[in-house]
Amino acid sequence: MTAYSPQQTAAISLVSPMLPFRAEILSVQPEAPLVSTYWMRFLDPELRTSYQFKPGQFNMLSIPGMGEAAISISSDSNDHQRVGHTVRFVGNVTNAISRLKAGDVIGVRGPFGTSWPLEDHHGKDIFIAAGGIGLPPLRPILYQVMAQRNNFGRVVVIYGARTPDDLQFTREYKAWEEAGIELIITVDRGDEKWTGLVGVVPLMFYRLRMDPRKSVVYTCGPEIMIRFVIFEALARRITPDQIYVSMERNMRCGLGLCGHCQLGPYFVCKDGPVFTYEQLQPYFNVEDL
Amino acid sequence: MPEGHLEIGAIVTLEKPEFNRLLVAIQEQGYETLGPTIQDDTIQYNRINGLDDLPRGMTSKQDAGYYRLEYSGHNNYFDVTPGPQSWKGQFFPPRTELLTLYRQNKRDWSAEKTQPNQPPTALIGVRPCELAAIQVQDRVFLRNDLSDPLYLSRRERTFILVANCLHPGGTCFCVSMGTGPRSHSGFDLSLTELNDVFLMEIGSEAGRAILADLPWQPAAAFSLQAAERGFEYAIRHMGRTIPDVERLPEALLNDLENQQYDDVAKRCLSCTNCTQVCPTCFCWDVQEVNNLSGSEVRRERVWDSCFNPMYTYVFGGNTRPNTRSRYRQWITHKLASWYYQFGVSGCVGCGRCITWCPAGIDITAEANALLSEVKA
Repeated sequence: MTAYSPQQTAAISLVSPMLPFRAEILSVQPEAPLVSTYWMRFLDPELRTSYQFKPGQFNMLSIPGMGEAAISISSDSNDHQRVGHTVRFVGNVTNAISRLKAGDVIGVRGPFGTSWPLEDHHGKDIFIAAGGIGLPPLRPILYQVMAQRNNFGRVVVIYGARTPDDLQFTREYKAWEEAGIELIITVDRGDEKWTGLVGVVPLMFYRLRMDPRKSVVYTCGPEIMIRFVIFEALARRITPDQIYVSMERNMRCGLGLCGHCQLGPYFVCKDGPVFTYEQLQPYFNVEDL
Repeated sequence: MPEGHLEIGAIVTLEKPEFNRLLVAIQEQGYETLGPTIQDDTIQYNRINGLDDLPRGMTSKQDAGYYRLEYSGHNNYFDVTPGPQSWKGQFFPPRTELLTLYRQNKRDWSAEKTQPNQPPTALIGVRPCELAAIQVQDRVFLRNDLSDPLYLSRRERTFILVANCLHPGGTCFCVSMGTGPRSHSGFDLSLTELNDVFLMEIGSEAGRAILADLPWQPAAAFSLQAAERGFEYAIRHMGRTIPDVERLPEALLNDLENQQYDDVAKRCLSCTNCTQVCPTCFCWDVQEVNNLSGSEVRRERVWDSCFNPMYTYVFGGNTRPNTRSRYRQWITHKLASWYYQFGVSGCVGCGRCITWCPAGIDITAEANALLSEVKA
């Protein structure tokens, strides 16, 4: 995790860092009820080729008159043709995004924040634990793993959603498994057609045999889920510096300037969103921090 | 014109009536001169053109939740410590336009950044704690990796004339925070007001150039001694103290469940006054200001406060849902996490948050209570 600093490869104006860059929506892919992936590309052809991000980073998406929202990037960081954001429609900005169609123009600033340090984990077993809308910031990892599968040991994805309908990226599961990624898909409540696992994400750790000497955990999802994922990982002797957590807080700028996203001494937008549990340990279990 | 050469760091004297010419000299360099004036029964920073605009003979009585301007009978111009307003708004205005978005049609729009257009400004009578606060905000807005362009454009076109403090107010504790009562650097000129003359220190080339053309005199030894005695008096007459400032960062962050937070939560109104008057609080929100048809949208930066209910809102609720958590965020940020983020304390000891708290909550009392509660 390198410290954040705007690069030449970013859609961030140093003379006006709050200025959004225009990007055209290429297509909208519904993923689940109230969740869609927006594929977009910058209108500026130079920016289109220079823009780069790392898995786990986020952009500020904006709609004139509605404002900005911090949305993680869910697409392949090696795909320089387009950028994907998987959005859940829950607030003013995201509901405005839900009304966008292919051809509409959206504002983008970014990328911001720290990334999953996958390049430091060659040869390791990667355990990815995601809940609900916590999967999109981890999906760039799966693209990376598929492109260089031999660089890693086991790669396991534990993914949980509330109901089978809420599961995202279902059409990609087969490709992930064929690439040698172990999938553990679970739901909180099944329906009449569901024959898979039922239970929350941390519960599924009982199905795993993890070698603490060579395992790392990446997790993102509701904070209560993260808390118990950490608990399960620690119980399997994974050390706090090998547990990586992506946090969510209210963000208005992405630059570490507006103050909203503070968590203890950190600005989540700049020092995070990806932290090691070692960094968060003194603060994670403090209520209402 | 006096004999001798003026250098940066030199201390000279200026007869008090010459202050008017000093202001003119600053204005002739293109600066608008702002300084302390009496407005609404308190001290506000407005345009000043001469000594007559200053609050001569005034002092202020300040305590937790208490502020009164009083006539004290002396003839000094710079004896009254600041009111609720700080210089923060000069560089980081309460509301600034960041950019404008123009909607061409239903699908497309364009963005135009706002050009900074602040005229060069001279801040007259900046207190040492206030200069320290400006330097704290410099660390926030002018980072190595990213500078805020609007802040920078205002900051770099500013002339600072410091007025050192000889008569601190009842809620002052700059000595505890190491920011006063005297400024040592970071100003263009500083003055110390003695009974008959202003003792002027030159802090920059701009300050030297302005003073060089005025009828300054070499500072007499008894003037320098009088200033030293004045500073010693000020140090002894601080209204408040925090004895163990250096313990605060570690102590506060290691004791986030201190029961003092439950106590202060019963008194705090979550009104945001302390963050509005604080000269270092930098949190801001972004607001969209639409015209009626929605074809033109100004995106504006406005002061926000960690006491506002929506400050931490994310879908599903607030991560700090009550006053206890908000006060804890405010005081731990100010006195502890600020060190880790910016290398200095976020508190300069100006005492505004104590004076202007409608519930009379005193940051020094809370900090001392938190420290005494900390398990050794």
